[in-house]
Amino acid sequence: MNENVAWSAEREALKEALPPLTPHEALVEATRCLMCYDAPCTHACPTHIDIPKFIKKIYTGNLKGSARTILESNLLGATCARVCPVQELCEGACVLGSEHKPIAIGRLQRFAMDYVYGKGVNIFPKAAPTGKKVAVVGGGPAGLSCAGELAKRGHEVTLFEKRNFAGGLSTFGIIGLREPVVIALTEVEMIERLGVRVETHREIGKDLALTDLQSKFDAVFLGLGLGATPNLGIAGEEQVLDGLEYIEKSKMEGHALKVGKNVVVIGAGNTAIDCATIAKRLGGQHVTMIYRRTANEMTAYPHEYEFIKKEGVRFEFLSQPIRVLAKNGVTEGVECVRMSLGQKDASGRPSPVPVEGSHFVIPADQVVKAIGQEKTSLASRLSLQLERGYIAVDEKLQTSIPGVYAGGDCIRARGSASTVMAVQDGKMAARAIHERLVARG
Amino acid sequence: MERWRRGRFTKGWWRVADLSINFAGIRSPNPFWLASAPPSNSGAQVHRAFEAGWGGAVWKTIGAPVLNVSNRYGAWHYGGQKMLAINNVELISDRPLEQNLQEIKEVKRAWPDRAVIVSAMVESKPEAWHEIIQKIQDTGADGIELNYGCPHGMSERGMGSAVGQVPEYCEQITGWVMQVAKIPVIVKLTPNISNIVMPARAAVAAGANALSLINTINSIIGVDLDTLEMVPNIGGKGGHGGYAGPAVKPIALNMLSALGTDSVVAKSGLPISGMGGISTWSDAAEFLLLGASSLQVCTAVMHYGFRIIEDLCDGLSNWMDEKGFQTIPEVVGKSVHRVSDFKNFDLSFKAVARIDQEKCIRCDLCYVACNDTAHQCIDLIAKDGSVVPPGSYDVRSNGKEEAVHQRPMVKVREEDCVGCRLCFNVCPVEHCITMVEEKPERPSVTWEELTQKQRDVTEDWEKMKEYRAKMGIHIH
Repeated sequence: MNENVAWSAEREALKEALPPLTPHEALVEATRCLMCYDAPCTHACPTHIDIPKFIKKIYTGNLKGSARTILESNLLGATCARVCPVQELCEGACVLGSEHKPIAIGRLQRFAMDYVYGKGVNIFPKAAPTGKKVAVVGGGPAGLSCAGELAKRGHEVTLFEKRNFAGGLSTFGIIGLREPVVIALTEVEMIERLGVRVETHREIGKDLALTDLQSKFDAVFLGLGLGATPNLGIAGEEQVLDGLEYIEKSKMEGHALKVGKNVVVIGAGNTAIDCATIAKRLGGQHVTMIYRRTANEMTAYPHEYEFIKKEGVRFEFLSQPIRVLAKNGVTEGVECVRMSLGQKDASGRPSPVPVEGSHFVIPADQVVKAIGQEKTSLASRLSLQLERGYIAVDEKLQTSIPGVYAGGDCIRARGSASTVMAVQDGKMAARAIHERLVARG
Repeated sequence: MERWRRGRFTKGWWRVADLSINFAGIRSPNPFWLASAPPSNSGAQVHRAFEAGWGGAVWKTIGAPVLNVSNRYGAWHYGGQKMLAINNVELISDRPLEQNLQEIKEVKRAWPDRAVIVSAMVESKPEAWHEIIQKIQDTGADGIELNYGCPHGMSERGMGSAVGQVPEYCEQITGWVMQVAKIPVIVKLTPNISNIVMPARAAVAAGANALSLINTINSIIGVDLDTLEMVPNIGGKGGHGGYAGPAVKPIALNMLSALGTDSVVAKSGLPISGMGGISTWSDAAEFLLLGASSLQVCTAVMHYGFRIIEDLCDGLSNWMDEKGFQTIPEVVGKSVHRVSDFKNFDLSFKAVARIDQEKCIRCDLCYVACNDTAHQCIDLIAKDGSVVPPGSYDVRSNGKEEAVHQRPMVKVREEDCVGCRLCFNVCPVEHCITMVEEKPERPSVTWEELTQKQRDVTEDWEKMKEYRAKMGIHIH
C-alpha cells in the first residue's frame, strides 16, 4: 500500500486475509446500499461515520470525497475498516441484514481508504497555527486520533510513544491477517503529515514527568492503554509465553517466531484467538484453546469464534490450568482441572467451580496465555483519581487533574475495549481540549 | 397452431395461449420480430434468430449507398447495470443492395412461416422509391417498412426523420410507395416530433397498411470527464445519435397510446407494430394492452443475443393463461380505453399511503422523500409514541442493539397525505407501502366538468378558495 514503508517481517501465512475489493465489486456493493436516511449503521458506529454518504461517494466515483467523509469522523479509518467487529456494529445494524446480506461496510471503507493511501492523497490541509501546545502520551488509537484531531485544528501537538513505533495494538497487537503493520504505520505517517511530532522511546513515569508536561504544554492527553498480561499464578509459569508478545513477534520478526507442534492457548478472548491462529498457521499441529467457562461466556466475538473453529483449533472448555509441566526447561504439557458452572459472579457470568478429582493433562510443547491485560498502574502513580481501577474521566474526558484528559482502554471502566471506541475517545477529547484552548484565548 | 400443455393444477391437459398473429396480412407464429437494426443485418443472423424462435424480422434498412464510422454505439449505464439505453450513429445497411436482396430471398424461402419484412429508405424521388419497392417485392418478402425515423446521418441527406418530421413529405412518399406496393406497407414513425399523431394521420391518408413506432430518439450519451471528448468519440468528434433500450419504454408507450386514442388513426383501424425498449415479456404485454399488435425488439437482443426469445414467448404465454387470454388479438388494446387526459380524471378520487410496519425495514427513505420533497406527512415515531426528529439518538450510544432498538418507526399522517405516491415509489420493500383507496369525501367531479359548471372557480384564485372551503379541501 504505502511504498515508503517496506515491511517484509510478516509471514506469508499471516498476510491480510481478505483481498481488497476490485473497483467493480465495490461499485456493485455500493449500489446495493439503500442509502438509508439517518442510517442505523451510522448510529451503531461508535465514531458515527456517515456511512451512506461515503458509500454513495464510492458509487459516484468520488473516492477522495468518500475517504474524507470517513476521516472526518474517524482518523483511523483504514485500521477500523479492518479490525472493527462490524458484525456487532455497522453491519449488524444494516437494514438489509434481516432478510438479505448486509452491505460489506468494512470492506467498502477499506476500499476508499486504500485509494487515498495508495495514491498518497492528503485529505486535510495544514491548519493555521494557534500557538497552543498539546502533549499526547501514548501512540495507540486514542492518542493518534486525539493528536490528529488537534493538529487539524492548528494546535502544536507532540506525541510521546514509549515503543519504537506508534500505532499501539494496531501495530503490535492485532494479528497481521487482520491488520498488517504497514496499515497502522501508514496511518501514523498521515497523522504526522497533519503536523503531529511523534517522539518514540519516551515513556511517562520514566523519562517523562506529567508535571513537566503540564508546565510545558497547554493541555495533556493520556492514551496509556492497559498494562501487562497478569500472571496465571500457577507452577511452571516461567514456561508460559505472553500472548501479546507472541502476536508482536509474528508481526515484527515473523521468521524468528518459533511455534510449537502442540500449542495450548490459555484464554478465550480475541487476543487468544489471534494467538491460536498464529500457532495454527505457522506450523502448530495441535492447537488447543483452554477456557474455564463455556463458549457462551467467552469474550471473543461470535464471528471470531466461528473463524477459529474453521482454522481447526480445538477447544477445551470448562478447563482451568493448574500447572505447566516441564522437564529441563522443556514444556511437556498443561495440567488442568475440569470446571462446572456455578452461581453468577460480579461480571454476571456463572462462576466456574473445580470438579473434584478431574485432573487431566494436555500435552504441549508451547503454552501461550491471553487472559486480558492488567489495568495500568501508571494511573495511580500519576495521582489520578480512579474508577474501578481505570482512570476516572468526566463527560468531556477530563481526568481529576484539570487540563489533563484521557481516553482509550485506560478509561474503559464500562463497555468493551475496542479500537473504534478509542478513536472516538481521542476525537471527543480533542474537541474538549480545543474548546478549552480556544476559550482561554 | 394449437399448443397444449400439461396442466399445473389439474391432471388434464389444457389449451395454452395462441401467440400467433396476423398483422395487416403478415402472419407470424408469435408477435416478436427483430426490429430493423444491426441484429437483422444479414441472412445468417436472421436465419439464426429464426432458429432461436423469433416470429419475424424487419431487415435492416436497405436503400441508398452509405459508409459507416467507428465507435458507433454509446450506452447509458446506471447503478452498475449496463446498457439501460444504447445510442447509435450507425446508418442503414452498408452491405451491397443486391447481396441484401439475395439473402432476403433465401431466408424467406427457408422460413415460409416467419414474417420477413424489409425496411427501406431511399432518396425522396418517386422513381427511387418505385424501384426499391419493386426489388423488395421480387424477393418474396411479406411486407415493407418505410423508415421515416432514422434521426442521424440519413436525415442530413433528406431521408429518415427528415421525412418523418414533416407530415406532408410523409404522406407524399407513402403515396408513391402505395402506387406500386403489392404487399403490406408499414410506415415507421419518428419520435423526434412534438405530436406523433400528425405523421401517423398522414400515413393513414396516403393509404398505408400499418404503422410502427417508435424509432430512436435524438440523444447525446455524454462527455468523457478525462479527455473532455464526446462519448462515443469518433476521431475527436461526436454528436447526436438514436436512443433506444429500456429507458425509452415509457416514451414509446405514450406515443403508442396517443395513436390508439386519436380519432383519425384509431378509426382507420391500421394495426400498429410497437417497439421502444421492449426487453421482457411484461414489457411486451404492456405494448399489446396499449394497442400494439406486433412487437419489435432490438436493444435487448443486442445486449443478450437471440436466445431471449424463449422467455419473451414463455412469459407472455404464461401471463395470458393466467389472465384467461387465448389469443393475441384478445389482449391488443385492452387498456386503451383507460388512457385519458388530466381534465377527465376524477378530482375526488382519494388514495393515501399506508406503511406495513411488519414489512418495514426502517430505511427511512420514504421519510426523507416526503419530508424534503413532497408533503411532509410522514413522521418518525419513537418507542414511547412521541414524534422525534431524525438523528435524535444520543451520540454516545452505539452498537447494533442500540441502533436497531432505538430506531423510530415511520408513520404516515393519513389526514395530511395527498396521495402523491412518492413514498411508494422510493420504498425498497415489495408491498410495504400501499396506496390505499379511500372512500371519496366529495362528489365526483373532473376539471372539465368544473370548467363547464363553475368556470369562475377554474379562473379566479379567490373563487377557488371559496370552492375549496365549501368542499372541505384543505391543502397544508
